[in-house]
Amino acid sequence: MIPVQPWLPMPLLSVLLLAMWLMLQQSLSLGQLLLGGFLALVIPLVTQPFWESQPTVKRPWLLLRYVLRVLGDIIVANYEVSKLILNPRSRMSPVFIEYPLELKEAFTITILASTITLTPGTVSANLRRDRRTLVIHALNADDVQATIDKIHQRYERPLKEIFEC
Amino acid sequence: MIEFYTVMEGVIAFFLVAGGVFAFIGALGLTHLRDFYMRLHGPTKTTTLGVGCVLIASMSYFSLVEGGLSYQELLITIFLFVTAPVSAHLLAKSALHQKLARFESTRGDIAEFREQDEDDEDEDARRLP
Repeated sequence: MIPVQPWLPMPLLSVLLLAMWLMLQQSLSLGQLLLGGFLALVIPLVTQPFWESQPTVKRPWLLLRYVLRVLGDIIVANYEVSKLILNPRSRMSPVFIEYPLELKEAFTITILASTITLTPGTVSANLRRDRRTLVIHALNADDVQATIDKIHQRYERPLKEIFEC
Repeated sequence: MIEFYTVMEGVIAFFLVAGGVFAFIGALGLTHLRDFYMRLHGPTKTTTLGVGCVLIASMSYFSLVEGGLSYQELLITIFLFVTAPVSAHLLAKSALHQKLARFESTRGDIAEFREQDEDDEDEDARRLP
C-alpha cells in the first residue's frame, strides 16, 4: 500500500481516478498521464471534506469473490423479477422489511444498500437516521426472517470481513 | 467447419437480443406492477442486465472488428452499477417521505408510514450536532 501523505489523502482513490482517466481517453501519452495525474491529486484534496471515513480493503481476495457472487445474483435476480412481471397470474406478496444493520461505517452501508437493490427482489428504501435500521422493500417475500438471514449471511457478513474487521 | 467469425456473430446477436428482451421486460414492469415501490424493481434490475448484455455485445464486436481489447464499455457498466442503486434508493426514500399509497396486500408496518413518527424524526434532526 502507498502511505498516506498530506498531499495524498486517499491513495486508492487517486490510483482509481488516474486509471479511469486513462481508460476514458484510451491513450497512454505523456500529456494524458500528466493531466490524469493532476486530476488524481486535486480531486481527492478538494473532495476530502465530503468523505466521512476512508475505506480500507483488508482482504482483496474476499472482495473479488464478493463481486463475482453479486454478479451471479444479479443474473438470478433478473430471471426471477422477469418471471414475476411476465406472469400476470403470479400472486405477489410485497413487504417492507426493517433490516437490523451490523455494519457501522457509511461507506460499507452504502455498498450493502446498493447490493440489496441490485439483487433478487429487494430494493433498499430508507436508512434510518440512527444508522441501525435499513428499510427494504421486497417484491415477493413470504418469509421475512429468511430474507433478513439471507442478506446477513450472503452480503453483510462478507462486507464486514472485507472492510471492517 | 464453421468459421470463427460466424460463431462470434451468433454470440453477439444473442447478447443484443437478450439485452433487448431484458430492457423490454423492465419497461413492461413499469406498466404492470401495482404500486410505486414495486415498479421500482423493474428499472433497477432488469434494465441493468439489459444494458449489461448490450455492452458485452458492443465490447466483443469492437474487440473483434478493430482488434485489441475494447474496454470503455466496462467503465459504462461500472458507472451504471454504481449509480442505478443510488437513484433507486433516493426515489424510494422520497416516496416513503411522501407516504405514497401501497398495494393493498403489502405487509410490514414500518414507522415511515405512521403519522406520529414524523415528529420523532424531526426531533432526531434537531438532536443532530
